[in-house]
Amino acid sequence: MFTFDLLINAVAAGLMLGGFYAAVAIGLSITFGQLDIVNIAHPTFVILGSFVAFVINESFGIDPVLIGVVFMPIFYFLGMGLYQIYYVSFEKTGQESLSGLAFFFGLMFILEVLMILAFGVDYRLVSAAYIGETLHIGPLDLPLRMLIPAVAATLMTIAVVLYMSKTFMGKAIMAVSQDRLALQLMGADPIRVKRIALGIAIATAALAGALLIIIQPVEPSVGRLYIGRIFAIVVLGGMGSISGTFFAAILIGVVESFIATFYGPSWAPAVGFGILLLTLAIRPQGLFGRA
Amino acid sequence: MFSRRKFGLRMIAAAGLAVGALLLAPQMANAQKKPLKIGFSMALTGPLAGAGKAALIAMQIWKDDVNKKGGLLGRQVEFKFYDDATSPSKVPGIYSKLLNVDKVDLVVSSYGTNEISPAMPIVMRKGLVFMSLFGLAVNDKFNYDRYFQIMPAGPVPKDDWSRGYFELASAQSPKPKTIALLAEDADFALSAVAGARRHAKRLGLKIVYDKTFPFGSPDVTSVMRAIKAANADLVYVGSYPGGSVGLVKAAKELGLKAKMFGGGMVGLQFAGIQKNLGPMLNGIVNYDFWVPEPTLNFPGVKEFLTKYQAGAKGKGVDPFGHYLPPYAYAYLQILGDAVTAVGSLDQGKIAAYIHKTTFKTVVGNVKFGANGEWAKTRTLQVQFRDVAPNNIGQFNKPGKRIVLYPDSVKSGAIQYPYKQ
Repeated sequence: MFTFDLLINAVAAGLMLGGFYAAVAIGLSITFGQLDIVNIAHPTFVILGSFVAFVINESFGIDPVLIGVVFMPIFYFLGMGLYQIYYVSFEKTGQESLSGLAFFFGLMFILEVLMILAFGVDYRLVSAAYIGETLHIGPLDLPLRMLIPAVAATLMTIAVVLYMSKTFMGKAIMAVSQDRLALQLMGADPIRVKRIALGIAIATAALAGALLIIIQPVEPSVGRLYIGRIFAIVVLGGMGSISGTFFAAILIGVVESFIATFYGPSWAPAVGFGILLLTLAIRPQGLFGRA
Repeated sequence: MFSRRKFGLRMIAAAGLAVGALLLAPQMANAQKKPLKIGFSMALTGPLAGAGKAALIAMQIWKDDVNKKGGLLGRQVEFKFYDDATSPSKVPGIYSKLLNVDKVDLVVSSYGTNEISPAMPIVMRKGLVFMSLFGLAVNDKFNYDRYFQIMPAGPVPKDDWSRGYFELASAQSPKPKTIALLAEDADFALSAVAGARRHAKRLGLKIVYDKTFPFGSPDVTSVMRAIKAANADLVYVGSYPGGSVGLVKAAKELGLKAKMFGGGMVGLQFAGIQKNLGPMLNGIVNYDFWVPEPTLNFPGVKEFLTKYQAGAKGKGVDPFGHYLPPYAYAYLQILGDAVTAVGSLDQGKIAAYIHKTTFKTVVGNVKFGANGEWAKTRTLQVQFRDVAPNNIGQFNKPGKRIVLYPDSVKSGAIQYPYKQ
C-alpha cells in the first residue's frame, strides 16, 4: 500500500530515527574517524549514559535529556582519563593497532559486567511526560518519544561541528590525525589534543544514552546491537567528517523507515548496508570524506 | 565430694547429648555423603540475563528447601553452573564440561529455546533426563523421550501457544475477519507467529499483513504505522522486550484501531516494563504463565513468591517474579520428586516415572505428554485492565491482568474491542 500519508510519515519517522543514530555515532566519528582509535566500546559508554539517566530519573524524576546534558562534563573527564590509559599503554609504545583494539574489546566487556553488578540485568526505562504523546500536524504524526531525541541530537551535532570548525582546539583535533608533526610545529600538544577529543567523544555518549533510553528499554549488553550500524554510519559519512556522519545517519534512518513501511522491516538493515557498499564502491572515502 | 545433685545434673546432660547425637546422626551421615550435583548453564549476562538471574534465585530457593529436608537420596544438593552469556555457541562446551570434568549427577537446562537446543545432542548422547526451562518446541527436532519442558505451552507447542488468543477472537461478535501478523526475527517469536498463521488460516481469517522485523530494532514506529494502514481486526505480535515496548508505545502514539492487539509479546510480563508502560497496556491481550489472580493460587506458590521477592531485592531482577521463577522452582521440584520416588539416579527409571506421574508443584498439577511437553496447554491469555500510571505495586495484586483463557483458570471476561 502506497499513500501520500504513509510516505511523508515514513520520511518524518526516518528523519527522527536518523537524528537519534547521529547522536550515537557522532562520538565514534571523532574517535574512529578523526583520532583513528577503534573505540568498539563506544556503544557501551552510551549504555552507561542510559543507566545514569535511568537512576536519576527513577530517583528524582528529572527529565532524561537534562540528565544527559548535565552528565556530559563528567563523561568528558572519563574520556580524557581513558585516553591517558590508552596512550600510556599502547599508543606511546606503538602497539595501538591490534592491542588497542583488544583493549577496547576488553573495556566493553568490563563495563558491561560493572553495569550488571551496579544496576542488575533487568530491562530499564525512564519516565517523562512526553513519552507516549504525539504531535499531530495535518497528516503528519510525530511521536515526541522520537522527536525530542532527534532535536537534541541535531543540536548536539551543530554544537560539535561549530566547536570543530570555529575553535583552535577543534581545528587541532581535525588536524591531529592528518599531520601530527605539523600540529606540533604549530605549538599544539597532540597528546593533549587527542585527550580532549576522546573526552568530547565520550561526553556525547552521555546524551546519546539518555536519548536511547527514552526510545527503548535498556539492559547492559544492548549496546552490542549498535556496533555494526554506527560503524557503518561513520564510514558512510566519510571518516573524520562530523557533518558527514550526521547526514549518513539521516540517510540510513530514512531508508530504514521507508523500507520498513513499504516493503518489510526485515529488509531495512540489509538495504542500509547495501547503500554503504554501493557508496564505498563509487566513492571509497564515503559521502563527505576527503580523498 | 561428689554430691547427688551434681551427679543428677551430669546424668541429665549426658542423656541430652545422647539424644541429640541420635537425632543428628542421620543428618551428619548425610553431610558426610558425597553431595548430589546438578549442573546447568544459565544466562547470567547478555540479553536474557534478567530472566536467567531470576531463574537462578528460584532454583536456589528450591535447593535450600530440599537441603533443609535432608537433600535428595540422603545427599545434600549442590549446583554447578556456568554463565552462558545468552550465547548458544557457549552451551555445548558448558554441558561437556559439566558432564566430563565436573561429573555432575543430573543436568537441567538454561532458560530459553535458543540456549536449550544446543545442549540437547550432548545430553542425549549421555542418555540423561533433561528438564528444560521455557523452550518452545525444542523436542520437535530431537524426539528425545527423556526431555521434559516446564513451560505450559501444550502438546503441540507452536500451535497451542497462540490457541487461546484465536479461541477468544473467534468467540467475539461480530467475528473478526482480518489479521496482521508481526514477528521479531528470532527463534521463539518466529515459531509463535508461525502457529498464529496456521490458526488464522484454519479460521479463515484474511492475513492482510505478515512481516518480520530485525531483532533489537531501536524504533518500530514505521512498522506500527504500516500495520495500522493495513487496518486489520486482529494484530498478533511475537516480539522480545525491546520490540514489545516499542510496539506498545507506537500503538498508543499512532492510535492503533485493531479489535485485539497482543498475543506473544515477551516483556509485558515484567514488572519494570509494566510500570513504565502503565495505562498504555490497558486492553492488550497477551500470553502469560502466572498472574496473581485467585484462580491461579496453587498450593505453595505464594510462599515461594514471598521467598523469591525477599531474595530478589537489590539484585536488579524482576521484583515480583511472576513469569518465570515459579516454573524454575517447579522444574526442579519435579526432578527432585522423581529422583526421590525412584530412589536412585537411574535415568531411564526417572524418565519413566516423570512420564506416568502427575506432579503437584507450585505451578499446579503438571502432567507431561509423550513428547515431554505439558499434556494439555495452560498458556494463559490475560488482558491488562484498569492499569494506573507509575505504580509498580498494582501488578502484584489481582485485577490488573485478568485471565481470559483457558476456562479452567479464567478470572474474567474479555473487553472487546481493544481500547487504549
